[in-house]
Amino acid sequence: MEILKTYKLYIGGQFPRTESGRSYAVKSVNGEHIANVCLSSKKDVRNAVQAARKAQLAWAGKSAFNRSQIVYRIAEMLEARKAQFIEELQALGQSKKSAESEVSMSIDRCVYYAGWADKYQSIIGSVNPVASAHFNFSVPEPTGVVGIVACQETALLGLISQLLPVIIGANTAVVLANATKPTCAISFAEVLATADVPGGVVNILTGQPAELLPTLSAHMDVNALSIAPIESKLQKEAQAEAIDNLKRVHIFVEPLYVKKAQGLPYIADFQEIKTTWHPIEQIAGGAGGY
Amino acid sequence: MLTSFSSSDIAASIAKSPTVDQIGILERVARIQTRSFKGASKIQGLKMALSMIDLTTLEGKDTPSKVRQLCYKAQHLHDQAPGLPMVAAVCVYPTMVKEAKKALGNSGIKVASVSTAFPSGQAPFEVKKIDTLYALENGADEIDMVISRGRFLAGDYQFIYDEIAAIKELCTSARLKVIFETGELDSLDQVRKISDLAIVAGADFIKTSTGKIQPAATFPVVLTMLGSIKDHFDRTGQMIGMKPAGGISSSKLALQHLLLVKEVLGEAWLTNEWYRFGASSLANDLLMQYQKQLTGKYQSAAYFSID
Repeated sequence: MEILKTYKLYIGGQFPRTESGRSYAVKSVNGEHIANVCLSSKKDVRNAVQAARKAQLAWAGKSAFNRSQIVYRIAEMLEARKAQFIEELQALGQSKKSAESEVSMSIDRCVYYAGWADKYQSIIGSVNPVASAHFNFSVPEPTGVVGIVACQETALLGLISQLLPVIIGANTAVVLANATKPTCAISFAEVLATADVPGGVVNILTGQPAELLPTLSAHMDVNALSIAPIESKLQKEAQAEAIDNLKRVHIFVEPLYVKKAQGLPYIADFQEIKTTWHPIEQIAGGAGGY
Repeated sequence: MLTSFSSSDIAASIAKSPTVDQIGILERVARIQTRSFKGASKIQGLKMALSMIDLTTLEGKDTPSKVRQLCYKAQHLHDQAPGLPMVAAVCVYPTMVKEAKKALGNSGIKVASVSTAFPSGQAPFEVKKIDTLYALENGADEIDMVISRGRFLAGDYQFIYDEIAAIKELCTSARLKVIFETGELDSLDQVRKISDLAIVAGADFIKTSTGKIQPAATFPVVLTMLGSIKDHFDRTGQMIGMKPAGGISSSKLALQHLLLVKEVLGEAWLTNEWYRFGASSLANDLLMQYQKQLTGKYQSAAYFSID
């Protein structure tokens, strides 16, 4: 007998069902019924944010090198499940070739961002010249909890392209998966769970952005939003709701599933710069400052 | 004033304590935990819970300034939004009572002092009396005493009775809360026994825990204690207060506790004269949930005071 997978949510390292008990059907391009997935509610958003907040300090407290190892491990786990993802993408209607290329690019992207973990700080950060006897330096710090509305065109690569720069920068994330192609996102959660990513660092919800995004963007404990190209009405609403706690809102205009959509700026989007003034003695008779 | 009991009376009274139906208790608790509050009743419940809080700081590192800060917080928590009630009391060590009394002035917030060698209770009886008197002389309105758990578990009920009765005698105008530290009592039968014993010995309130030991105020323990209060009330018409303390840090738990007391004892207990929460972090969560009810937006701990 064939055992079909129950697609659930990923919150705090666990795979719970939605608290609302609702579900919706995922269909392939030719209308074939692929699976039922959870139709998340506001309360699932709340639970996910809570889990992300709880995990954030410990995640940021890990050494950059350790975060690098963990993200590299995601690549290893993806590699091992390559066939499964290719099959899932094909079920959603992609050609074998395009599915293969999407999974390969996803794995490459993991390795790429793993490499950045202990390097972006010294490139974004700086030592600043000041007019007094102070050593003045600026370093990036994670923004905190980031809400992500994943790419609605691709099922895997877009999500990974948005998520990795966020978590490699020591943030934690609450992801609203692609609404019409959510199966890969949940399978990806299984990858995360086996890749030593601590529970709560990434939380993945399936459901309708129109229903969930307002709650996420109004949530006072979410510090930033990363929004893939979606309906402009929803984007505007999210920007307006984000005002109360001055969320950093980053709306992507360009597609995220292309080869060039990676790099340092994607990490820098979710970093805050902290500048420190450290008093120093006059050095070797020179004027103050560095 | 106090009815005096002889040794055999105490033994007889404890022997009459009914055994607790543990499975029944667990099932009732499980049902309570599936209930949730919405809308207006949630707002009412949040306010009620806030008014029942004994805002607590009981740490070795407490200083007068920490206590002053807590007292400030106690007097200003309700500034957050119009229509919020004040907390019921602050709960501190005897050495901090004077400072708390001074800081709270005539705000109406009471000062509760833990006593009798809190939290272990491992001190000679004379020392416990001095401890209590010290708190009372400094103006404590309420005394939260701990029982000698070791003696209780050893079956020395007379000792426990005498201990509570003696402290009660010192508390002429102060109300006496008796802490059982149920996390050390092992079974619900023991919880029931000590509840019955403390009530007979003169407790005004019975309180679950010190907050120093886990588990603390679990639902089964609280329900067992409420059962004892109810039986006493049905027998004598005398009301006894209840104070769960330790581990109740979320609004959801607090509201379920209120639901439990309402169902077991009735509305008369839904006031801070007869019901208290011993908590330090609950107040902030209540305020966060209250804000959520007002604005419809989930809140962040970053915008609420730490101390």
